[in-house]
Amino acid sequence: MRETFTKGMARNIYYGGGVFFFLVLIGLTVDTVRGLPKTDNSQNLTEEVAAGKRLWEINNCIGCHTLLGEGAYFAPELGNVYTRFGESTDAIKGFIMSRPKNGIPGRRSMPQFNFTPDELEEIAQFLKYVDGIKVARDWPPNKEG
Amino acid sequence: MKYQSQSIAKLYFIAAIGLFVGQILFGVTLGLQYVIGDFLFPYIPFNVARMVHTNLLIVWLLFGFMGAAYYLVPEESERELYAPWLAKLLFWIFLVAGALTILGYLLVPYAALAELTMNDLLPTMGREFLEQPTITKIGIVIVALGFLFNIGMTILTGRKTVISLVLLTGLIGLAVFFLFSFYNPDNLVLDKYFWWFVVHLWVEGVWELIMAAMLAYVLIKVTGVDREVIEKWLYIIIAMALISGLIGTGHHFFWIGAPDYWQWLGSIFSAIEPIPFFMMTLFAFNVVNKRRRDHPNKAAVLWALGTAVMAFLGAGVWGFLHTLAPVNFYTHGTQITAAHGHMAFYGAYVMVILTMISYSMPLMRGKQAGNARAQVIEMWSFWLMTVAMVFITLFLTGAGILQVYLQRYSDTPLGFMATQDKLEIFYWAREGAGLVFLIGLLVYVYSFFAKGEEVEMLETTTVAN
Repeated sequence: MRETFTKGMARNIYYGGGVFFFLVLIGLTVDTVRGLPKTDNSQNLTEEVAAGKRLWEINNCIGCHTLLGEGAYFAPELGNVYTRFGESTDAIKGFIMSRPKNGIPGRRSMPQFNFTPDELEEIAQFLKYVDGIKVARDWPPNKEG
Repeated sequence: MKYQSQSIAKLYFIAAIGLFVGQILFGVTLGLQYVIGDFLFPYIPFNVARMVHTNLLIVWLLFGFMGAAYYLVPEESERELYAPWLAKLLFWIFLVAGALTILGYLLVPYAALAELTMNDLLPTMGREFLEQPTITKIGIVIVALGFLFNIGMTILTGRKTVISLVLLTGLIGLAVFFLFSFYNPDNLVLDKYFWWFVVHLWVEGVWELIMAAMLAYVLIKVTGVDREVIEKWLYIIIAMALISGLIGTGHHFFWIGAPDYWQWLGSIFSAIEPIPFFMMTLFAFNVVNKRRRDHPNKAAVLWALGTAVMAFLGAGVWGFLHTLAPVNFYTHGTQITAAHGHMAFYGAYVMVILTMISYSMPLMRGKQAGNARAQVIEMWSFWLMTVAMVFITLFLTGAGILQVYLQRYSDTPLGFMATQDKLEIFYWAREGAGLVFLIGLLVYVYSFFAKGEEVEMLETTTVAN
C-alpha cells in the first residue's frame, strides 16, 4: 500500500467502522425485537408449546432436522411439517410413535423416543406453533421444505 | 522461542491435533451414514455423531487459539507469561471437561445427559453447536476468563503491539459473545436471532480478528517484512471484516420471522464479506514476495499462503454463492450450506491454526524448522487435506444444486427423502474425498515423528534483491 495511506488511517477506519457498525447492529436489534410480535406467533406460545420446545431441545432434534432451515441436513425440514402433514397434529404424533426401535435396514430412520401421550402432544403443538411463525416470502418455497 | 513459558503452547497444540483426529473419524462416520442410513444405528445415531464432529471441531479450534495466544503473546510482549501455572491448570480443566462432555454424548442418550446435568435449572442444551450441557458452558466461561486474565496481564505489563492487541480484542469478543449461549427464550424467533450472536459473531466476526492476528504474526516471522507494513494490512483487513460482518449477520435473519429489511441489509453487507478475505490473500502473497529472508521452515510458509487462499474460497466465494436473499430463498438449509461450512471452517480456522503449529512447533522442540524429510511429509499432508477438502466441497455443492432443483425449484417437487436417494452418488464421492482427508491428516501426524537431515540454522539468510 502507498505511503499516503498511513497506518494511523487504517487504525481509525478499524475503530471507527467497528464501533459504528456495532452500534447500528444494536439499533437494528432493538427495532427487530420490538417488531417481532407482528410475526413471531407469540400469541400461540402456550406453556404446552414451551414444554414442546424443551423436548425438541433435550432430544437433540436439530442434530438431524432443520427448523426454519437451520440445523442438520440429514432429515426433513420441520418448520412447515404441520402444513405438510395436512395440518394434523395427530399425523405428526402418529409418525413419531411409529418409528421402529432398531431402525430400517440400510436406510435412515428416526429413533424411537418412547414419548408419553402428553409429550407427544407438546412436541406436536410446538411444531404447529413454529409453522404459524410469519416468515418472509412464506419460506420454504413449497411444502416439501 | 525466546521465552520459556511459550512452550505451554505445545500442550495445547498436541491436544488440538488429537481432537482433530477424533473430529475427522466422526466425520467419515457421518459421511457413511448419509449413504448407509442405519450404519451404527441405534448405538451412535446421526445426531450424536454430528454433535461429536462439530463440538470436537469447536473445542480443538479453541485449544488452537489458546495455544497460539500462549506462544505469540509472550514474544510480542517481550516478557514471560503472567502466570504459566494458570495456563497449565486451565489446560487440564478444559481437556477433562471437554472429554467428559464428548463421552456424555456417546455413552448416554442426550435426554438423559440433559437430566443428569440438570438442564432444567437453566436450559441451554439442544441448539445447534451449543449442545454442551449448561455446566460445561459455565466451565468454558471460567476457562475463558482465566485465559483472558493471563493473556491480558501479560500484554498490559509488557510491550503492546498491534498484533497482540488485535488478538486480545478478538479473544475478548469470543468470550463476551459466548454469553448469549445462556439466553434461550421459549420464543423461537428470539432464540434463533440471538443464537446467531454467538455463531455468526464468532465465525464471521471476532474469530476473523484472531485469525488475521495469527496470520500477521507468522508472516512477520517467516518473511522478515517490516512490522509497520504488516500492521497496516492487519488494520485494514479487520476493519473490513467488522464493517461487512456485523450487519452481515442479517443474512441469517432472512427466513426466521425477522423484519423484511434484513433481506436488503443482509444481502448487501454480506456481499462485502468476501473483501477482507480477498485482502488477506493479497496480503499474504504480497509480503511473501517482498520477503527479506528465506525462512528454513518452508512448510509454515505454505500453510500461511494456503490459509489465505482457502479462506477466501471457502468463506468468501462459497459464502457469497448463497448469501443473496433471492438465491438463499432456494438454497437455505441444503447441502449448499454444508459445502460452504466445510470449506470455510477448514480454510479459515483449521488452516490458520495449522500454520501457527507448523511455525512454532519446531521452535518449541529446539530447532528452527522441521528436518527436510519431515517438511516434505508435512507438505504432502497439506496438499492431501486441502485437495480433499476442495473435492468434499465440490461434491456437496453438486448435491446441493441437484437437491435445490428436485425439491424446491422444479414444477413437480420431490419430497426430502426421495430427493436424498437421488443424491447418493454425490454422497459416495464425498465419502471418498473424506477418506483422503483422513489419510492426509494421518500423514500430518506422522510428519512430527519423521526423522531426517536437520535443516541448517540460518536466521540471517537474506534474499538477494
